[in-house]
Amino acid sequence: MKILVCISNVPDTTSKINFTNDSKAFDKNGVQFIINPNDEFGLTRAVWFQQKQKAEVTVVTVGDLSCEPILRKCLAIGADKAIRIDLNPTDGFQVAQQLSFLCKEENYDLIIAGRESIDYNGAMVPGMLSALMGYNFVTNCVVLEIKDNFAKVSREIDGGIETVSCQLPLVIGAQKGLVEEKDLIIPNMRGIMQARQKSLTVLPAIESDVKSVITKFEKPAPKGAVKMVDPNQIDQLIDLLHKDARVI
Amino acid sequence: MSILIYTESENGMFKKSALELASYARAIADKLRVELIAVSFNHKDHQTLGAYGVERVVQISDPSLENFTALTYAENLASVALANQVNLVVLSSSANAKYLAPLLAVSLSAGYASNVIGLPESFDYLTVKRSCFTNKAYNTCVLDNDINILGLSTNSFGINENHKEILVEDKSANLTKTNFEVERIEKSSGQVSIADADIVVSGGRGLKGPENWHLIEDLASTLGAATACSKPVSDMGWRPHSEHVGQTGKPVASNLYIAIGVSGAIQHLAGINSSKVKLVINSDPEAPFFKAADYGVVGDAFEVVPELIEKLKAFKS
Ligand SMILES: Cc1cc2nc3c(=O)[nH]c(=O)nc-3n(C[C@H](O)[C@H](O)[C@H](O)COP(=O)(O)OP(=O)(O)OC[C@H]3O[C@@H](n4cnc5c(N)ncnc54)[C@H](O)[C@@H]3O)c2cc1C
Ligand SMILES: Nc1ncnc2c1ncn2[C@@H]1O[C@H](COP(=O)(O)O)[C@@H](O)[C@H]1O
Repeated sequence: MKILVCISNVPDTTSKINFTNDSKAFDKNGVQFIINPNDEFGLTRAVWFQQKQKAEVTVVTVGDLSCEPILRKCLAIGADKAIRIDLNPTDGFQVAQQLSFLCKEENYDLIIAGRESIDYNGAMVPGMLSALMGYNFVTNCVVLEIKDNFAKVSREIDGGIETVSCQLPLVIGAQKGLVEEKDLIIPNMRGIMQARQKSLTVLPAIESDVKSVITKFEKPAPKGAVKMVDPNQIDQLIDLLHKDARVI
Repeated sequence: MSILIYTESENGMFKKSALELASYARAIADKLRVELIAVSFNHKDHQTLGAYGVERVVQISDPSLENFTALTYAENLASVALANQVNLVVLSSSANAKYLAPLLAVSLSAGYASNVIGLPESFDYLTVKRSCFTNKAYNTCVLDNDINILGLSTNSFGINENHKEILVEDKSANLTKTNFEVERIEKSSGQVSIADADIVVSGGRGLKGPENWHLIEDLASTLGAATACSKPVSDMGWRPHSEHVGQTGKPVASNLYIAIGVSGAIQHLAGINSSKVKLVINSDPEAPFFKAADYGVVGDAFEVVPELIEKLKAFKS
């Protein structure tokens, strides 16, 4: 089984979010980058398939040179090889299209992406990729089992869980729950050394379409001060929620 | 030119998000003087939609559409869009709508922006503001395509009544054969889901253990609210993963979010920040959550919450 894991390079979850002075771009100054958490759950599952079901795991990112440390980290976690498609993407459709060019050449059986990226929050790349390829697609994926050419997949729905079965090839949007938190792999020295020997291929981007453009970023307006209520004045709290906030 | 919305229903009723969608799309239709068309699957109560500004409903009924499948639903929406010169599709932020939106976008060669938080700023080149960085920021996004799709953030516009005479049209379903089969749906019955809730009551590590969750559950049932929790609470197995909210869990966009014994870590705040009003109950006056709260009570959850439940019950009756 050939697995492709799509990796998005995102600011650490504790990062303060700032933008450049012209408000046109994210200010990367002093920001640590990580594997998008949803992608990390997916990668962990992919490495499980590699170890238990002899799958071959390739990681890919569409991005510039600054994304390579994250790809090396994926190799240290256990991916067999890495590909960087050399393009600073403008939107999710463009990413999906670039990935589809690769998938058409390589015929992966399973493509794992994250449910959404924590920076752009598009929740669009995996679905668009599946549609461009004509592959099956399940997002918000919390269970993934593969047997022969068949997948059994559960996804979280509003207020429950839905289980589907389908044939490969399949694209999934991974999220928390797909693997246990304790199964996330922290690269050890051996993994890091091995990662240096593994291949990281840079592919040129193929001309692709852009369907949306970000013209400006901004931060939410600062919030008003908190109203503190004495714990012995719960009546007053109920009054505030009812009359002031009008939420009960 | 016309606008299309996908109106979701559950247990024979339109979802609240469907009515919000209708209200939002009505405001755009009025501005552009174009028709507003709703598509509903296996559902017949259309007068409700008329009350929120829809003029025409295309209803697609087929037993095989009983279970939602993203691809089939997307194909059917696409065929209605193409048959009616639709150039704007508006979807909600439900799990199902977010599932089908990218499929619909590819099938219509449309542009797509999710998490849109208000009416478009311009229509010459469709310009919308959307939330990003998990609610820590917004971006302005321009979509210059023949057809565009917007995903409206839950609770970002609100519901407005606006009565229209409604025209109902039946359409047969497009059913392509697939190897994709829904086997099972498990829903926790009788509970409000986080996605649909007006009020969410959330518990953190401060509650000490799963045996104390009756406090959260009682408060939630008094308010008709959904229950949620912080990440460590679900990681330790005190509560199911589906209740984990925050940057790596579910987003919350309720009217009222009540956090009890939750410290307010940046990753927790990121996911719940778009809730309108936040009430924080925490024994530590220095808990970071108070900085992000609208109302705060410094106190022991084991004393404050039972009293709050009791007084709320009295208030409700
Ligand atoms: C990559 C990454 C992603 C993450 N994503 C998320 C996420 O999506 N969601 C999330 O929630 N966290 C997330 N976290 C974890 C986050 O950093 C915090 O560790 C977590 O939110 C803390 O949970 P808590 O508030 O329940 O526990 P604690 O931080 O331990 O806080 C417990 C609180 O309870 C209060 N308390 C104690 N006793 C009482 C009492 N008797 N009455 C009232 N209050 C009391 C304490 O004062 C304290 O403020 C993430 C972390 C990382 C590294
Ligand atoms: N630049 C990228 N390169 C590779 N994969 C990506 C990229 N951007 C997004 N993805 C994948 O698509 C998922 C959803 O991203 P998004 O549509 O931006 O929310 C991510 O979790 C990644 O798996």
